[in-house]
Amino acid sequence: MDFRISEEAELILRELKEFGDSEIRPKARMHDEEQSFPKEVFSHLGKLGFMGIIFPQKYGGAGLSYIDYAAIIEELSRADGSVGLSIAAHNSLCSNHIYQFGTEDQKQKYLVPLARGEKLGAWSLTEPTAGSDAGGTRTTARKTGKGWILNGTKTFATHGGICDTAVVFAVTDPEKKKKGISAFILEKGMKGFLRGKKEDKLGCRASDTAEIVMNDCEVSAANLLGQEGQGFSNALHILDGGRISIAALGIGIARASLEASLSYSRRREQFGVPISSFQAIQWFLADMATGIDAARLLTFRAAQLKDMGRPVTLESSMAKLFASEVAVRSAETAVQIHGGYGYTKDYPVERFYRDAKICTIGEGTSEIQRLVIARQLLD
Amino acid sequence: MELVVCIKQVPDTETRIKIAADGKSIDITGINWVVSPYDENALEEALRIRETKGEGGVAVMTLGPERAASALRSCLALGADRAVHLQDPALEGSDSLGTARALAAAIRRSRFDLVLVGQQGVGTDNSQVGPMLAELLDIPHVNVVTKLEIANGKIRAHRQIEGAVEVVECPLPAVVTAQKGLNEPRYASLKGIMAAKKKPLERLGLQDLGLDAADVGAAGARNRWTRLELPPARQAGKILDGEPEESTAELVRLLRDEAKVI
Repeated sequence: MDFRISEEAELILRELKEFGDSEIRPKARMHDEEQSFPKEVFSHLGKLGFMGIIFPQKYGGAGLSYIDYAAIIEELSRADGSVGLSIAAHNSLCSNHIYQFGTEDQKQKYLVPLARGEKLGAWSLTEPTAGSDAGGTRTTARKTGKGWILNGTKTFATHGGICDTAVVFAVTDPEKKKKGISAFILEKGMKGFLRGKKEDKLGCRASDTAEIVMNDCEVSAANLLGQEGQGFSNALHILDGGRISIAALGIGIARASLEASLSYSRRREQFGVPISSFQAIQWFLADMATGIDAARLLTFRAAQLKDMGRPVTLESSMAKLFASEVAVRSAETAVQIHGGYGYTKDYPVERFYRDAKICTIGEGTSEIQRLVIARQLLD
Repeated sequence: MELVVCIKQVPDTETRIKIAADGKSIDITGINWVVSPYDENALEEALRIRETKGEGGVAVMTLGPERAASALRSCLALGADRAVHLQDPALEGSDSLGTARALAAAIRRSRFDLVLVGQQGVGTDNSQVGPMLAELLDIPHVNVVTKLEIANGKIRAHRQIEGAVEVVECPLPAVVTAQKGLNEPRYASLKGIMAAKKKPLERLGLQDLGLDAADVGAAGARNRWTRLELPPARQAGKILDGEPEESTAELVRLLRDEAKVI
């Protein structure tokens, strides 16, 4: 099998590496400490087209394939995991849900400004009582003459506190359980669309995570996204693609960890020689590099299948599970190689360690991925 | 306004240069090739002029082997309208004059108002092609430019000189060589990169340019590389001990007698 990114994507990655080194990395520590969203970086990335990577040009996007998209998320995440996470959530969750299941009018009204980077998107399934178990969804949507009234709280929403557009899920028919959940598009300024608590997180701190609160939120009938009752099944389809981008996020953080370790172990001397000459360190480096390559192959395979229009539930879960665990292990190894310095904020590896951990939790925990994989095997 | 930008593909400035087995060229294995940074400033200025004027086109040219086409593609992705690749076995091994002759011949094929080049090509750093182009095209040139204004068929250019800025005016057409600080080069957008493949990239050989093989390439080179050496390893620094009065006196003595810099 041959997983190859396009010639254009190769050029994009070269530009992106330079962009990451000059525009993203120098400010990563500050945004991490302040837990602030790098607005200027996103405004720049938006102008360059990174807010609409996978959507056709007629919707304001760049029209790249999913395999190219995975490579781009990896490169962005190598520069800063928070930026990779935010770009992934904006593209493959919020915008992609509107692209995949929205009407032409919804695409024109909401997808185009999202893809052009004029608006920032959030997508939120999780609730205080629902996480891995989406059946626990408590947010309700009551039909009125003009549309819907939504009530409830979504938690851990990427860009929940700062988004312009949000895709949320609510129960429209409690009798039908999972088949009674529908998706809605919320817009900044809508009556009853409120922002809740901003989370104070372990890692990926520059990527905003907050509650979305709906308090008698009035949503017009035109903002029902997809068929009534199809919200949960559509969400699972979106997550299949989303998991590929979380895998790419993990690979990017793992690569940053490896690069930092290579550079440090060549310079750091003990017993009169660089520590890279010790086998103990070499084995660490070899394992990190091998894990990264294996994770990338799994991820590119899932992305390529998605580009071919094939089902990717199994492959994307495998990629996400493996890559996120490679990310955590690589970042931990990087801290170990850096020794005492790795435990301080003078080196970025402690941030990589904190950032990497989101990969085993977000968009389905490692345990859920194993469950998905096992179900596919046993079905 | 028709703008021409001449660029050179060079090893990434972060490359660890190794000398090839022949002892007079660099080992190109594993090198990451980029557009020479000063040429990026030249291209950026051309793009800004076109955008400000709202008319005209930007043509980007290079002389180089097959791989140099990727440098032209990068320039097309940044916004140049068309590219010209001068590629011919007879052009290989050109020195500055041979390169300038080939580029001048290519530039003369179309109408042009302004030619922009980097003030030097990173790596060989000769700073010769720009002024030579102007001579061959018989037009004025201003080099090492940090600010450029265009109005009424004239350019007004600021150039760095020792301890001051010189402001020069000259009529168009002209050649300008770009210095760092002229502008901040942009990043290519995804749209720009996707569009680059569809833009014209013309290849010209010796015959298209109407040149004599004896005037260009290795055959026409007036200077040849005979030997290449890596710079000597940096020597360890010196720390002067003692009271400030003594160590300062010693520092002055060393700077004068040993380093010979004052």
